[in-house]
Parts: sequence; structure tokens; C-alpha cells
Amino acid sequence: MKRLSRAGVPQQVPLVLVASAIVLAALTLIALVAPWIMPHDPGEFISNDVFAAPTRNALLGTDYLGRDLLSRLIASAPLTLGMAFAATMLAHVVGDSLGLYAALRGGWVDAVVSRMVDVILSLPKIIVGLVVLAALGPSVAVIIGICAVVYAAGVFRVARALGNDIVRQDYIVVAQARGEGLGWLLFAEILPQVAAPLASDFAIRMSFAVLFISSLSFLGLGVQPPMADWGGLVRENLDGLQAGSLAAIYPAAAIAITSIALNLLVDSLSERSIQGPAT
Amino acid sequence: MSAPLLDIRGLSIVSEGSGRVIIDNISLSLERGEVLALIGASGSGKTTLALTALGHLRPGLRHRAGAVDLDGENMMEADQAHLRELRGRKVAYVAQSAAAAFNPRMRLEDQVVELDRLSGRESEARAILKARSTFDELGLPRPTELGHRFPHEVSGGQLQRFMIAMGLQQSPPLLVCDEPTSALDVTTQVEVLHILKEAIRNHHTAALFVSHDLAVVAQIATRIAVLRGGQLVEVGPTEQILFAPTQPYTRELIASSRGFNAGSIVSRTRSPETRALLSVRGVKVSYDKPGKGQPVNIALHEASFELQRGEVVAFIGESGSGKSTLARAVAGLHAPFAGKVLLDGRELAGSILDRDKADRHRIQIVFQSADTSLNPRHTVGRTLRRVLDFFGDVPPTERSDRIRELLAMVQLPAAYVSRRPNQLSGGEKQRVNLARALAAQPDVLICDEITSALDNLVAASILQLVDSLRETLGLGVVFVSHDLAAVAQLADQVMVLKNGKVVEQGSTASVLARPVHAYTRLLKASVPELRTTWLTEAASEQATLRDALSPERSPA
Repeated sequence: MKRLSRAGVPQQVPLVLVASAIVLAALTLIALVAPWIMPHDPGEFISNDVFAAPTRNALLGTDYLGRDLLSRLIASAPLTLGMAFAATMLAHVVGDSLGLYAALRGGWVDAVVSRMVDVILSLPKIIVGLVVLAALGPSVAVIIGICAVVYAAGVFRVARALGNDIVRQDYIVVAQARGEGLGWLLFAEILPQVAAPLASDFAIRMSFAVLFISSLSFLGLGVQPPMADWGGLVRENLDGLQAGSLAAIYPAAAIAITSIALNLLVDSLSERSIQGPAT
Repeated sequence: MSAPLLDIRGLSIVSEGSGRVIIDNISLSLERGEVLALIGASGSGKTTLALTALGHLRPGLRHRAGAVDLDGENMMEADQAHLRELRGRKVAYVAQSAAAAFNPRMRLEDQVVELDRLSGRESEARAILKARSTFDELGLPRPTELGHRFPHEVSGGQLQRFMIAMGLQQSPPLLVCDEPTSALDVTTQVEVLHILKEAIRNHHTAALFVSHDLAVVAQIATRIAVLRGGQLVEVGPTEQILFAPTQPYTRELIASSRGFNAGSIVSRTRSPETRALLSVRGVKVSYDKPGKGQPVNIALHEASFELQRGEVVAFIGESGSGKSTLARAVAGLHAPFAGKVLLDGRELAGSILDRDKADRHRIQIVFQSADTSLNPRHTVGRTLRRVLDFFGDVPPTERSDRIRELLAMVQLPAAYVSRRPNQLSGGEKQRVNLARALAAQPDVLICDEITSALDNLVAASILQLVDSLRETLGLGVVFVSHDLAAVAQLADQVMVLKNGKVVEQGSTASVLARPVHAYTRLLKASVPELRTTWLTEAASEQATLRDALSPERSPA
């Protein structure tokens, strides 16, 4: 496929793909260099006015305690994106391994794991998250953990379906007949075939995770002060809306932009692979 | 009849992406009532050319020059709405795989008359009556009842006949048949071919008949066009192409469709070894879940044979005969519920999972579909190296040399180590599959229909390769095939299977030259021969043999 597209007419790179990739790259960069680009310390009170309008000193104005909103927004980027990334990563490691394993083994192993996954999928995510956080206490590790478990179930379904198509192929039978171990079968024979669809699932799943974690924080059971993620920033500045401040809108917009960019990236990538020459 | 029915003039078609020429300036014409066969290996452009008569180009192809006129209509220029109007009425299509071409959720009769209903040219009641008379004409039993069935409820041969009926429904002057019998068993192929020939004659239909099998084409075509790499090699009346070909490539094709004759049967003197390399005793296989009680659905009733080093045993039979099941049981891919498999006199565990490493590498299997038996993401080198790494018989420093040696054994250049399966042809893939099996240094090589998916010329070279490997490495070969000609060329012993039972067994010379069982005779009579009169003879011989078989013939 690569060879064909290189030899053929130059394919037009879609604008959406480039735009969403640039947005995501910028967000990642901001998250990585956050401590060095913040204009103020996120905990420092720079103004006596709460919900102050934007000034030269505070480009996005101040929050409900008179702190610089831009600095707080930047400071919470690594936490928000990092938690979502870690949770999605964990969900994929667990979901992919189990899903491909269930596809390969079939029989009762598949049946048992699949039914357990059905149970997880049937639970309302936010309520489960709230209950678990209320019981275990809100900490970054617990939030990542609960998010990973909730999304691993969906990933399992996708990986199992993809794996099911592959395990019927003769080269898997050949490898099994040779007596290959589980590790080789899963990660050398099957995984390379399903890596591309799983990667797009990763991106879309991460946008869900950003929303989920933000929702938990918005409901007050997420990241606890003085730390904050974007969901938390929306919640703490919610009162500002009545005062005519946009302080709650900026973090909400950041969440939306991240989620939309991830979705558009996956969409434009899959569109390209459909249009591309069949292999 | 002044203008030809189909007139292809200077047609060129290129691939959109790479600009590769698929059809290179071909001119052909077809008169009414004439059957023109397009023959060539895969990739010769024969299907692409045939589809242009329907005004269809596969996605990714582009029409560059020339014209295709069907009864005065320019098929290359016509828009989709007009083409829809023409298809069915002027030209119809019979596809290779009827199973994939029918909608599984619609009754057969409804699908056959669907176009009448959509076009509204004929009342539905009349269309159905017409369809039923065609069913009857095509030898479908109980046309009314069968027409009400769903596609999965009839046999492959019957489904192909429904497909032909669908093509003939609107009495088009041209029928495009794309390998209509290639997916069928040999015995069914004779029936369907015979019926198709009759139908074409009775309806005064012209046909474009695409096939890779010269012997099949010889039965039905009035003219043959030989294609190679998108170019027309030669075209002429059937007799001329078969008996006085002017081009070397045509001669090569004719030589490769060797057909079956008793003279070509191998007769090797068996080495007087006392102990068999592989010995299979009373193996029975069922696809029931293992558990309590006696299995009910038995795929293989009882099979026994002995195989010496350097010897070939062949299992022949139609699909569903249990021949592959037996091969898989020997390989340990499906454990038998009774009987034993002994290697060098030592009993092997039924399932490969219970066999130890030493036993596993001694029996290797190569599958029919070269495409699905190689991991598309692994290079040839990685595929072979993994086997060496896994079994660890070859010291790590010598593995690269061993890989080159293996490639040389299967006659592939050493540079192929870095290729991926999508950069290989079908025959080359099958060679890599053989190399992978050899990498394990087996004593027994199981070949499960390894040449079925290949073109004749390529298949012949793979057979030669297997034979030379057997000789040089002293392998015992289990050869599963439905191709009697291949079996005759290769095998010392033959086992004929039908519906999971062994009907005849013995040395190739005795079984194939003097078959005792009617079913073996039927198989033998079904191998197409390069004579234009063969089909008529075969069809009548089949009828007699089927009668002889009928008491024990299970419902199809």
C-alpha cells in the first residue's frame, strides 16, 4: 500500500487531518513545557478582584480567588492530558491483551471474560466512578484506575472482534502447530495486524477519557484542590458565569478542543485508509 | 448479421495508481451465438477484459483508449443509468463464486426475477413462469420447490445453475461467464459445464467465457483468445488453438493442461523397508465436541495407511469427503476419537498440543491458501528465521546461511528474505510455505491442496518441486488433492474418499489405471481432457456411473 501511494499521483493531504494534528501537537507541547511557560505561579493571588476581566497582566482574567486563569489553565494541562493518556494506555494494555487472548483461546475462557466485560459495560460509567471514588477517596491513581477499568471493557470488545478475524488464518494455525507460546502468538503474529485499528481506537478512547475524568472533577470527586484539572477549573469558576466572567468557559473550551481534535484526527485517518488502494 | 455482436477495438486499460497497463491495445470481436473463451494465467487481464463487455471497470482502473461496442451501444461511454438498463437485457454475468454472488437472505426464485420486477418489462407472474422453465431446462430437480429455497439450502452445483438461470432470464444476446465452474468439484463441473453448453446453444446466446483451464474451454468455446500480461497472444478457432498453436506461450499452456492419462502414472520400486515411517491405523474423526458418549457426526469413518520414506500417499475426493480431515488428524490439528498415528513405530499424541517439540517438527503441513498461511506483516526472512529460532536445531550463527539454503531449495532467489507476502506471486508464496515447512526439518510433509489455488503452469512447477524435495530429502509426503492428474504424476499410493469413507485404496497404478469402485471411475471420468468431444462422452459416462452409485449416494 505504501509503495502504491508513493508511486501514484500525490495524494492530497486533507486539511482536517493537518489541523487536528497541529492542535494535538500544540496541546501536547503545552502540557510538556507547562512549568516554564506559565506567566504566574498557579497558586499566587495576583489580583484583589475575583473574576477580573482580562488585563495585560492576566490575559484570561482571574479566577474565583483572584489567581491568574491562564497560568492555572496551563498548569492543569499536564494533569488532565496525562491522566487521560495514562488511563487510556492502561485500558488498552489490559483490553488488548485480554481481547486478543480471548479471541485466540475461544471456548470457556472467552465466554467467562466476555460475560465479565458485559457486566462492566452494562454499568453506568459516571455513577460507578462516583461510588468508587467516594469509597476509596479521590486520588490521581484511583481516578486513572477507575477510568482504565471502565474503558478497558470497550477496548476488549474491539480487540476481540479484530482478533477473531485473524485467528482463523492459516498462519496462526501453523504457528500453533509449531507449538508457539502465547506471547509470540499474541504480540508477534496477531498484534501487528490489528495495530492500526487499535491505534485509532486509542485516540477516540482518549477523548472519552478526557471527558470522563473532567466530568468526575466537575462533580467534585475528581482531582482535589489545590491541584486542579480542566474539569475542576470549570467547577470552581462556575459562579463567575453569573458575574459575566468567562473563567469557566476557557477550561471547558480546552476540554472540547482536545476531544474534537482527537475525533477529527481519527475520522480523517480512517477516511484516508478507506480511499487508499486496497491491499 | 453484418456487424458483430461485441466489438472491442484497440482497448487499453490502465491502473489508476501505478499507471500499469492492464489491457494493452486489444481488439476482438464476437458474432451472435458464438462462444469466445478468454484464457490466461491470473493477472493476464482476462477478467478485466470480459467485464468491459458489461461496461464495468473495477475500482482503481481507468479506460485509456479504444471502444467496446455491444450491439451498437458503446459500453465504455454509457452512463450508469443506461448501463443498468442494458445489463440483464443485452448482457448478463455469471460469476465464479455463486455462493458469494447471491443474497443469502432472499429466496432464489425472487433473486432470479428481481431484474424483471425492477425494470417492469415483464409481469412478475410471467417472469416466474419463465424462470421455472429455465430451472427445468438446466436440470434442476423440482423447480418450483427448489426456487423457494434460500441460497444456503442448495448445493454448490445447483447454486451455479441458478446463477446461469439468472443470466438467461431476460434472454440477453451475450452472457459473460467468469470461471463459472472453477469453484466446483470435478464431478459437478462436468454436469454444470454440460448444462451451460446446452443452454447457450438452445438460447442462441453468445458467450464470453473466462477460464484458466484450457481443457474446460476446449469443451465449450468456438474460438479461443489467449491472453498474457494484458496482451493478446493469439486468437483463433478452438481446433486451431488446440492442435496448431502458432505461439510458444500457447504451446506451453497446452503442455501444462496435461490432463490425465494412465501412462503418466508413476511407478517407483518401493524400498524394502521393514518399518513404516508413518503409520496410520483405524483413525476416526468427528467434529462433535469431545465428551461423553459416542460421536454422532462423523467426518471420517476409518482410515489406515502406511508411508515409507521417499514415498507419496495421496488422498483424493470431492469437498466434504474427509480428505483434509484425515490430513489434519495426522498433523495433530484435529485429534481423532479412535485409532492411532505412529511415527517410526512410536505412537503420537492425538492433538499437537500434547506432542512434544521433537515430534512436532517431524510432521509439517502446507495449506491450500498461500495467502492466509503467511503473516502479511512478516518478511520471508522473519518467517523462516522464527522456525529456526523456535526449534533451535541450527546454531544461531548458521541461521542466516540456513535461510539462504532453504530459499535455494525452493528455488527462490536469496534476495527474497526481505520481501513481504504482498510482494510475492501466488506460486512464490507457496514456495515460501514449503520453505517454512522444510525449515523444521520434517520427515513427513503434508500438502493440503497446495496447488488448487494456482494457475496450471505454476501448479506444475510446484508439483515438480515437491517431487524433487521428496527425492533429495527422503520425505514421506501426504498429498491431499482433488486433481487426479497431479496425483497420478506424484503419488505411489492413493486413497479415494467419499463422504468420510475410504472407498478404494492401493497403489496409484492399480487404483487409477484399473479403478474398481464406481466412484473412482466417476472421478477419473470427470478430469477434463483436451479433446473437444470429451464433454459429451464424460456427461453420458457420468450418468451411468451416478446410477451405479445412487443406492449409496447420500442426499446432496
